[in-house]
Amino acid sequence: MPGIMEMFFNLDIMAQAWPLLLQGLWMTLRLCSVVIGLGLVGGLLLALAATSPRRWLSWPVMALIDLMRALPPLVLLIFVYSGIPFAGVEMSPFVAVAVAFLLNNSAYYAEVYRAGLQSVPAGQSEAARATGLSKAQMLGHVVIPQAVRNVLPDLLSNTIEVVKLTSLASVVSLSELLYQANMARSVTYNSSPLVLAAAIYLVLLWPMVRLVSRYQRKLAL
Amino acid sequence: MNAPAGFQRFVEVFFDGAIIDRYLPDLLSAMVTTLWLGAIIIVTGVAVGLVLACLRSLQVWWLTVPIVMFADILRALPPLVLILIFYFGLPGLGVMMSGPLVLFIVLAAVLAAFCEEIFWAGLTALPRGQWEAGRATGMSFAQTLIWVALPQAVRMGVPSLVNRSLAITKMTALGSVIGVKEVLAVSSSAQAMSGSATPLTMAAAAYLAIFLPAVILARWLERRFSWKV
Repeated sequence: MPGIMEMFFNLDIMAQAWPLLLQGLWMTLRLCSVVIGLGLVGGLLLALAATSPRRWLSWPVMALIDLMRALPPLVLLIFVYSGIPFAGVEMSPFVAVAVAFLLNNSAYYAEVYRAGLQSVPAGQSEAARATGLSKAQMLGHVVIPQAVRNVLPDLLSNTIEVVKLTSLASVVSLSELLYQANMARSVTYNSSPLVLAAAIYLVLLWPMVRLVSRYQRKLAL
Repeated sequence: MNAPAGFQRFVEVFFDGAIIDRYLPDLLSAMVTTLWLGAIIIVTGVAVGLVLACLRSLQVWWLTVPIVMFADILRALPPLVLILIFYFGLPGLGVMMSGPLVLFIVLAAVLAAFCEEIFWAGLTALPRGQWEAGRATGMSFAQTLIWVALPQAVRMGVPSLVNRSLAITKMTALGSVIGVKEVLAVSSSAQAMSGSATPLTMAAAAYLAIFLPAVILARWLERRFSWKV
């Protein structure tokens, strides 16, 4: 029976798999930049709509956010990836993955922003309006900066979740980090490439996890 | 008329009555699998997280270091990576585990890591006076922890606990990758067999039936518990 070192920490196999995993990492980073960038913007727009005093706007948006939060991201991904082509819309795997994750995580970002927007006292926006700022100026210069600062740890923690989420793209054969590692595993009959992929995720995300923990403790004090 | 024909085709592809009839029994039994997996993951994860946070409060380094490492690593790794390592890697060492067992172990461990952090954040947020008062009235450390500190820490953590439990329970869908017969796996294979998108619509509806009430409950709890000690 082969030992743990040979099955999980085989350096020769890791060295062979390294170029493949680097390609995967590149794809993961591309996917992350698209999904996080658009998610941060989309989430803010959704949150502004959800906190709007106009009910014809806020209620449907809240319903959409809840719907997206109730569906597992993998279900959304499979639905977009294998369901939408039935409706006659062709998408590349990258686009399908990006669309599915964007739907999911802008809803989560929206919830974070919403908590932030509601944490800014009403006096702030009233004061801004009273000094003659337009509504857009009030949002851009007074409300949003304070809202974002109040929920920075939650935004960061949600961003960690999004990076972890991109590993699901391997299920629909998008060649990101986990997919490449799993390919290498099935070719070599050895789990070391998966362990190497885990190590790469850890290097990427562990500093962010530490930062979130420290932030939360600071807020608590 | 083009538009009604297009609409009819849409209904046929995504809401085909014959296909719903054929696969509904399978889907219902898959929902049961998803529900009980979710339930044991939540119970185990929250309980283990609570125990770990209590052990950490003893402030002994040989307990604290492994607990912090466990919590950090499991919060940083994508669960699917762990699932693949457990499911495909461990048999190489002669340890065979079924798909549901792997899914349960990994997701319960991940939830435990997050819960430990949430309980610990609650415990550290308590004013020191609470501990001192407990000890001054003659309670032991354990009594102060259980009767004074934990109830308040748990109360503060309720919204995050509910949200996190929901997020992890939804990940039971990852079981479809390792052959667990839960909702997504059953409907994906039904989709492949029938060549219709209807089973996917059914899967989405099944998840909404399970999780939409939970999301609404989470929203209510958040309003009720947050920002108050």
